[in-house]
Amino acid sequence: MDAKEIIARRAAKEIQDGDVVNLGIGMPTLIADYISPDIDIVLQSENGILGMGKLAEEHQKDKNIVNAGATHVTVNKGAVFFDTATSFGIIRGGHVDVTFLGALQVDEQGSLASHIIPNKLVPGMGGAMDLVAGAKKVIVVTTHTAKDSPKILKQCTLPLTAYKKVKMIITELAVIECTSEGLLLKEINKDTTIEEVVAKTDAHLIIPNTVATF
Amino acid sequence: MKNKVISLDKALEFINDDAVVMYGGFLSCGAAETIIDGMVAKGVKNLTIIGNDTGLVGTGVSKLIATRQVKRVITSHIGTNPETGRLMSTGEMQVDLVPQGTLIERIRSAGHGLGGVLTPTGIGTDVALDKQIINVDGKDYLLEKPLFGDVAILHGSIVDKAGNIFHRGTTRNFNSIIATACKIVIVEAEKLVEVGELEPEYVMTPGIFVDYIVVAGGND
Repeated sequence: MDAKEIIARRAAKEIQDGDVVNLGIGMPTLIADYISPDIDIVLQSENGILGMGKLAEEHQKDKNIVNAGATHVTVNKGAVFFDTATSFGIIRGGHVDVTFLGALQVDEQGSLASHIIPNKLVPGMGGAMDLVAGAKKVIVVTTHTAKDSPKILKQCTLPLTAYKKVKMIITELAVIECTSEGLLLKEINKDTTIEEVVAKTDAHLIIPNTVATF
Repeated sequence: MKNKVISLDKALEFINDDAVVMYGGFLSCGAAETIIDGMVAKGVKNLTIIGNDTGLVGTGVSKLIATRQVKRVITSHIGTNPETGRLMSTGEMQVDLVPQGTLIERIRSAGHGLGGVLTPTGIGTDVALDKQIINVDGKDYLLEKPLFGDVAILHGSIVDKAGNIFHRGTTRNFNSIIATACKIVIVEAEKLVEVGELEPEYVMTPGIFVDYIVVAGGND
């Protein structure tokens, strides 16, 4: 199982029955594949869908129905389409229970940098800044390191996408909760050790007496 | 009733050099492709364009960017069109990045007679630089000001001759909002029908916002 699949499988467990969920573009979209079939959730897509379904098979493709990554999708029974103002009313107004976003960097304060590397990579923030401002719970899903450099830092050095909004960080190695006291190590991958997680994290981790595995 | 249905050439007379053009579409889903192709053929230049993103390469407004007809773009996301990033880094085109929810609210506030909106989006980030922070009942908000345009180019799935629009699937996105915020509003109709054929309950953009209708794909 590759890192992304490990992350997506673990992240899917954070979704509760009845949640309205927004999955960011990129790795977060993989989470949809691992959501338990025993729960009913509503996927929100910021381009204007509540009740988004699976990716469309060739014969299901409709040029008028795409997700926020421009991929053809299906919609579930009872789905709704709307304009962007309504979509961001849903997002900013606190009607999304949980959002999962990728990261370039995330830090001890629960701040996130994900939308710009000045003069290098400038995709823009899209809807991410509104999602972090309005979703009830912001979970960052990211590989623990990038080219062996830690992505979890004392303080983000890139321009911020979110200031003190992240509640949880899920990587292939660990599940970390962002608390007012700092980063609390909640779980580690069964194939790693606390020492490895600490070594690959460039921020202080609060380590409780017992740390579960996943 | 005023005849709103005009040819593409006639519609292009309303889109000239230096115009501020708002466009519908989310990664080109729901973009006014016929009108954009017309703008490319006409060669209008020094445009300021305002919309969600700069399209997928080869579709939507990416065609205007590829031909260097745009001097400034105000948008939320340029990641799917590398040419935008390249022109931004060489200084050939100004790119103003605005959070998506803020962008649509700035347009909506312009079209809805408001002096802007107060939003928590961007607090604590560079988006807040040089902006007024207003505290309401203990919570900080940024004052984001209205954004107006000269011309709006919309896509409509079904449009009646009065300009009432039905938007299918996820094509609605910015289309119904930009219609309120520009001096001239032109809709590209995928299907044109007579007044009365579109049930009032299905109208998503009221025809009073729409000045002109162009039939998609054709010059009539």
